[in-house]
Amino acid sequence: FLGEQCCTMKILTLLSLLATHLSASSVNIEENAGQFFSSGHTNNWAVLVCTSRFWFNYRHVANTLSVYRSVKRLGIPDSHIVLMLADDMACNHRNPKPATVFSHKNMELNVYGDDVEVDYRGYEVTVENFLRVLTGRLPPSTPRSKRLLSDDRSNILIYLTGHGGNGFLKFQDSEEISNVELADAFEQMWQKRRYNELLFIIDTCQGASMYERFYSPNLMALASSQVGEDSLSHQPDLAIGVHLMDRYTFYLLEFLEDIHPSSKANMNDLFKVCPKSQCVSTPGHRTDLFLRDPGSALITDFFGSVRKVEITMETINLTEPIQQVDGSVSDGSSVVPPGVHR
Amino acid sequence: SLCKSVIYGIITYRRRGQLAALSIAAVVIIVGVPLWWRTTETYRAWLPVSQINELSNLQLQLSAEVEVVFARGTVTPEQQKKVPLTQIQDEEHTVDEDTALRYRYETKYRTATIMEEDALNQPTAAEADLSLHTLSESPCGSLVVYVIPESSSLLPEDMDVYVGQRRTALLRIGAQMRVGKTLDQLLAHLEPRIKQVLQVMSFSHTDISAALSDRVRLSPGNKESIADSMRTFKSSPGYEITFSLLNPDPKSHRLHWDIEGAVQTYIQPLLTKLASVANFSIDSQTLYYAMLGVNPRFDSSLSAYTLHSDSLAHVINPVEARLGSNAASSNPVLNFLLYVPDAHHSPLYIHDRKKQEVPSNAFHSPRWGGIMVYNVNGFYGPEAVFPVDVNINMAKVMGVFLAQLRLLLGVQSSTAPSGFLVAPCGSNGLADWELDRLMWSRSVENVATATTTITSLAQLLEQIGNIVINDNIAEQVSSAVTSLQLAVAELETGNLRFALQYSKEAILASERAFFDPSLLHLLYFPDDQKFAIYIPLFLPMCVPILLSLLKIVSDARQKRREKQAKKD
Repeated sequence: FLGEQCCTMKILTLLSLLATHLSASSVNIEENAGQFFSSGHTNNWAVLVCTSRFWFNYRHVANTLSVYRSVKRLGIPDSHIVLMLADDMACNHRNPKPATVFSHKNMELNVYGDDVEVDYRGYEVTVENFLRVLTGRLPPSTPRSKRLLSDDRSNILIYLTGHGGNGFLKFQDSEEISNVELADAFEQMWQKRRYNELLFIIDTCQGASMYERFYSPNLMALASSQVGEDSLSHQPDLAIGVHLMDRYTFYLLEFLEDIHPSSKANMNDLFKVCPKSQCVSTPGHRTDLFLRDPGSALITDFFGSVRKVEITMETINLTEPIQQVDGSVSDGSSVVPPGVHR
Repeated sequence: SLCKSVIYGIITYRRRGQLAALSIAAVVIIVGVPLWWRTTETYRAWLPVSQINELSNLQLQLSAEVEVVFARGTVTPEQQKKVPLTQIQDEEHTVDEDTALRYRYETKYRTATIMEEDALNQPTAAEADLSLHTLSESPCGSLVVYVIPESSSLLPEDMDVYVGQRRTALLRIGAQMRVGKTLDQLLAHLEPRIKQVLQVMSFSHTDISAALSDRVRLSPGNKESIADSMRTFKSSPGYEITFSLLNPDPKSHRLHWDIEGAVQTYIQPLLTKLASVANFSIDSQTLYYAMLGVNPRFDSSLSAYTLHSDSLAHVINPVEARLGSNAASSNPVLNFLLYVPDAHHSPLYIHDRKKQEVPSNAFHSPRWGGIMVYNVNGFYGPEAVFPVDVNINMAKVMGVFLAQLRLLLGVQSSTAPSGFLVAPCGSNGLADWELDRLMWSRSVENVATATTTITSLAQLLEQIGNIVINDNIAEQVSSAVTSLQLAVAELETGNLRFALQYSKEAILASERAFFDPSLLHLLYFPDDQKFAIYIPLFLPMCVPILLSLLKIVSDARQKRREKQAKKD
């Protein structure tokens, strides 16, 4: 009698376990399907700008290249990244290790690598070019790699670094972009539906002043320091002779190294990066213009490029035989018909 | 010399000073200030602001013509007397406070001619459709619905409607409509079915409101419509299609694909039919040693490698870096990749969420393109000498790519309602009514986008005072406004082809105006900076003049006081 009871109990527990497992897996599917619709974006873009020149501003180039490297590692291809570096540190005459840009002392990590694709270099990095890239008002001869070809379903990451002040950012030591111009540029982007959501990160002195004037929807902003505070650099390398990175971007990079393409970390974790004890300045953020809850926005929504994928269910039954084109067979890879110039 | 001394005598030294100061002040005020104003103002050509403001309030009317033809056995002789008959129905929808839609359906009822009756007597619905098409061709944007009796054998038992490859549909009348009912009751019975046919073959409210997404960010409807709107590419004047063959293992497989012939036979007819919607440019390439970037799992029960659908999302990015694109154009690119797995990881199958094998062995990504995995291990045995020559079956491959292309371009309609039998699309990959549907939604999308662009341009130019508006911008804006007005008018009258053409012109002009490189705003200067620039220039010049003017005024006052004192 006891044996039968045990048996039914076992069966019941097994069944209940099975039921919970099934419901859990169906919830998972619903969650995954839900992720498709919650963020509303289908592609990712990144605009990474370093605005300072001269050898002693090595750390700004290293900042930008570190973010570039993270963003590429998490999946955004070069065709969707606009990288603007105002000066060439890797091939600078003062670089004791040519063709490298290090982000950590003792030269542990070379962020320059083999496959860096710089779109705007040297004197091409100007306020005008930056605004033209954002608003899309480029001359018709501009090649594809120098354009921001985003649409209404693109999530864009914009990272600026350099020397800044209260309400402005210095470009090339000779001109400035003000926070009003930046806010107007974002408004023009919104009017033309050039972004779905935009994440703006700035690592300069008094960086929070640059996002004060934003007024377009779906913008989230992070800055390395408040108004009146300076952003400090991290550590110098005695062999290279300059400071290698800024504190905020250093700790940001450390945070991003733990993120992989299927990570579920969200924006609230990003806000905690570099507290005052590590950064000396107080990082700030602004989320009032962002329509979603920051806790539901994943890091990979902006830093990575997780593609949405659907299985192709239908096919078309084609029965006609292939017509030959001019009697020549060419697969586009190797055969060159005689007399045709390539 | 006498004159000179007289003149000098008249004009004393102090007087000369006063005259000098007065004339300088006069020159500064009368000539200088206007000159400075004109040279520092920004040139802003005149824009038709009132017409633009009219456009911001969009009232669209879409007209569709339907011809309902009654075959023998569907109407009684007394009902037949009242036919032919024309009815016009309007359906109003208010999308938001600036946008309103009206759908006008013009329905003409008539009875079938002898030749049409013969055509309807064909054994199958497909043949009937073909012979009906040879009799007459419906113009773009219109439909013909043939009502066939319940006893007809053209449709299977559970299906009531057959949607043909062109612009005709066959509707089987219900069993309830037997003898004894009036024509009005018959028409009332048919109306919901005809409306369903119209929604499938012409336009439905969900499609049109999805097309308006540029104007109106709609709160999410059902998940299917959101997926549709996220998947299809936005309307663009041109698209680039790239076919890539990925061969990660050239040592084992030497692949041959007749891509030119395949494109010419299977893809080009569809693109030629879509020529009124957009221009297409096609290229192809072969990539060697291009891996997928995801490790497939070996499934011993199938003795094959499998890719689960969750890992598919990570396949595209490593490959995309190597794909390249046409540097010269900014048109959206559709990528179609054919991946032949290497010999050690063959065969490779894609599994969906339920761990079932996918028949097409392909997947696609919204607004990007599609990837198909083509296994070639079946073409050679274990004793084959590597590298093996493989001829790829392009018909099978293009069948998948064509289906994906239809999905990405927005041609593929969502699932038809119950009781509908939709004919497979013809040899050119596109049914006529599918083309009409695309043209309706594209025209509306173009009109919505162009109006948003123009109104936001006008708003921006008003808001940001220091943008220069050249004459060519004003020209583009005016031509965009004219094209928009024409497009809206053509949509109203139901001329679909012209409406699409005008809407395309409107979009081109408005985009050219909005993205003109000269519209970059001049550098912004806060007011204190403006003062800081002007004061060192004007202050040193103005101080002596002001002082002399003050002196003149005080002297004149003193003189008047002296005169008063003398009088007294």
